[in-house]
Amino acid sequence: MLAFIVRRALQAIGVLLAVGIIAFAMFRFAGDPVNQIVSIDTPAAEREQVRRSLGLDDPVPVQMARYLVRTAQGDFGVSYQFRQPVSDLLAERMPATLELALCATIFATVFGVLMGVYSGLKRDSVLAKVFQTISLIGISLPTFLIGILLIYLFAVTLGWLPSYGRGDTVQLGWWSTGLLTGSGLKALIMPSITLGLFQMTLIMRIVRAEMLEVLRTDYIKFARARGLTTRAIHFGHALKNTLVPVITIVGLQFGSVIAFAIITETVFQWPGMGLLFVQAVQNVDIPIMAAYLMLVALIFVAINLAVDILYTVVDPRLRTTIRQPT
Amino acid sequence: MSVLHPVLSVRDLRVEFVTRRGILKAIDGISFDIAKGEVLGVVGESGAGKSVTGSAVIGLIDPPGRIAGGEIHLSGMRIDNLPPEEMRRVRGKRIGMIFQDPLTSLNPLYRVSEQLIETIRTHTNLSASAARKRAIDLLAEVGIPAPDKRIDSYPHEFSGGMRQRVVIALALCAEPELIIADEPTTALDVSVQAQIISLLKRLGREHGTAIMLVTHDMGVIAETADRVAVMYAGRIAEIGPVRDVVQNPLHPYAKGLMGAIPSLENDSSERLVQIPGSMPRLSAIPPGCPFNPRCPNVFDRCRVERPDPIQHSEHRVACHLYDQSPVRSEAVA
Repeated sequence: MLAFIVRRALQAIGVLLAVGIIAFAMFRFAGDPVNQIVSIDTPAAEREQVRRSLGLDDPVPVQMARYLVRTAQGDFGVSYQFRQPVSDLLAERMPATLELALCATIFATVFGVLMGVYSGLKRDSVLAKVFQTISLIGISLPTFLIGILLIYLFAVTLGWLPSYGRGDTVQLGWWSTGLLTGSGLKALIMPSITLGLFQMTLIMRIVRAEMLEVLRTDYIKFARARGLTTRAIHFGHALKNTLVPVITIVGLQFGSVIAFAIITETVFQWPGMGLLFVQAVQNVDIPIMAAYLMLVALIFVAINLAVDILYTVVDPRLRTTIRQPT
Repeated sequence: MSVLHPVLSVRDLRVEFVTRRGILKAIDGISFDIAKGEVLGVVGESGAGKSVTGSAVIGLIDPPGRIAGGEIHLSGMRIDNLPPEEMRRVRGKRIGMIFQDPLTSLNPLYRVSEQLIETIRTHTNLSASAARKRAIDLLAEVGIPAPDKRIDSYPHEFSGGMRQRVVIALALCAEPELIIADEPTTALDVSVQAQIISLLKRLGREHGTAIMLVTHDMGVIAETADRVAVMYAGRIAEIGPVRDVVQNPLHPYAKGLMGAIPSLENDSSERLVQIPGSMPRLSAIPPGCPFNPRCPNVFDRCRVERPDPIQHSEHRVACHLYDQSPVRSEAVA
C-alpha cells in the first residue's frame, strides 16, 4: 500500500514538472514581460535595470530552473496588475473557491445519488421520469445561462437570495469563511446549484445505470433467495456496488468544479480564484495565469491519488492487486 | 404435522412469460412431490423449464414472468399466493437456494462473515456474537478448514469450490426444510464437483433436508438423486426412482437422453445415440405431445392430443405409448 502511494506520488511530481515547464513557457510566448511592467516612455537604461533585477537577462534554462524551484517553494512571483505576490493573492481568494466547490460537490453528490437510486429502483414511476427530464436540462443548458436564470428568478423577481458576492465572511486565521454567517450561507445557495447541476445530473445518470446493472447480478438474486429484506438488498448490497464509479466521478469532477468555477464565479461576481483568473487573462497578468495553471494541476493530481486510495477502501479485491503489482 | 405432508408438493404448476409476441408458457402444468430427506433430480435440456421451476418454488419469478396457475405447498402450507413480505420470510428460512456460479453468487464487497451473519440474523433472534459462532459452525460443517480464521476473508480470497461451500453454508443458515440447488456443480472442476455433491448428500441425510437438484448432468443425478424428473418443453416427461429411470426409461425422450450418456462398459465402437432435432422454442411448441416431431415412436394420436402423466409401475410417464385405456375417437380424428 505504501509502495503504491509512493509510486503514485512520484508520478504526480512528474506531471507537475511537465505542467511547470508549460507554465514557464507562457512567459516567453506572451512577449517581453518588461514591457508589461514599465510604461511606454521608460528610458532604455531603466528597462535594462528592471530586466536585470527580475533575472530576465540570464540564459533560458537558468530562468526555467529558477522558476521551477521558486514554484516548488510556493513563490509564484509578483502579479503585474496588483504588484503583490501571486501566492498572497491566491491564498486570499482560495477559501471562497474551495467553499463554493465543496458545497457544489456535496449538493451534486447527495441529490445525484438519491435521484439515481430512486430512478434505478423505480424505473417506471412518474418521479423517475421527471428526474430524467431534469437531468437532460442539467446536461444541456450552459452554466452561465442557468446562473442568469436563477438570478432572474430568485434575486430579481422574488428577492430571496443575493445576486452576487459572498455575503458576510468570518476570518478563521488566514481562512475567510462564509459558512458561519446567514448571509454567507444564503449567498452560497445559487452559485452552488449552478456549479453543481451538471455534476448532479452526471452522478444521477451513472448511479441509475449502475443500479440497474447491479440489480441484475447473481449476488443480488442470491441475496433475495436468502430472504434478506428489500432495504438490506437495495441499500446494503446494491448501493455499495455502485459506489466505485461514483467515487471516480465525484473525485475527478471535484477537480473540474474547482477549475471551471471560473464561469460561475464570473456570473455571480464570486471573489474566488476563478474571478482572479478572468481578470488576469484580461490584463495579460501571466504570473497569476501560470500559478493558476500549476494550482489546478496540483489539485487534479492530488484528487486522482485520493480517488485511487478510496477505491481500495470500497473494493477489497483491489487491495490484493495493489499489494502485488504486475 | 409434516408426517402426512411431503416437504414440497407442486400441483399443476404453470408459469408464463408475457412478451410482445404473446404469452409464452415456460412451465405447463407440472406436478411432483419431494419427501423429507429425499433428493429429487430435475434434468432436461437448456430451456426445458428446470430453473424456472426452482425460481417459482422459491417465489423469485420476476415480471414479465408470473405463476399462472397451480399450487405449491411447503409442508402442507400453501406458499405460491403468499404476500411478498411473508414469502420473503419463507425464503432463506424454510427454503434455501444454491445457484450455479459460486464466483458471482457472493457479494464481492462484503466479508463472508458479514454475509453469513446478516442472513442468520435476518431469520433468527441470535445476537451478533451468537450469529458469528453459528456462522463459524456452518463453515466447519460445509468443510471449510480453519473456519474461525477464514470467516473474515472476502469471497475473492476463496477458490471456486470453497466459494460454493460458502454459498451452501449461506443456504443452510436457518436450517431450511428444502434446498433448491440450481446446477450447483456446473461451474466447478470435475474433482470439486464430486466433493460438493457428496457434501449435499451428507447434509440432506443428516438434517433430513429435502433437496431439489436441478442439473443437466446425468452423472450427478445418478450419483445423488433418489428420484428423477425428466423435463421437456415445460412439462415432466417422466418421473420415477432414479435407478429405474436411468436403466429402464419409458418415455422416448428419456430413452434418448439415457442413450446419450457415454459408458465405459459398452462396446466402444458403438456410437452414442443422438436425439435428432432440438427442443422447440417456447413460442413454437407443437400441438399434442411437444416431443412428437423428434420422437422415433410417433403415431397419429401424438400430433393432436397432449399426453397426461400415466402411472406405469413405479414411474409416471407422459406418453401415449403407455396408455392402456381405449383411444378416444375424437382425439384421433
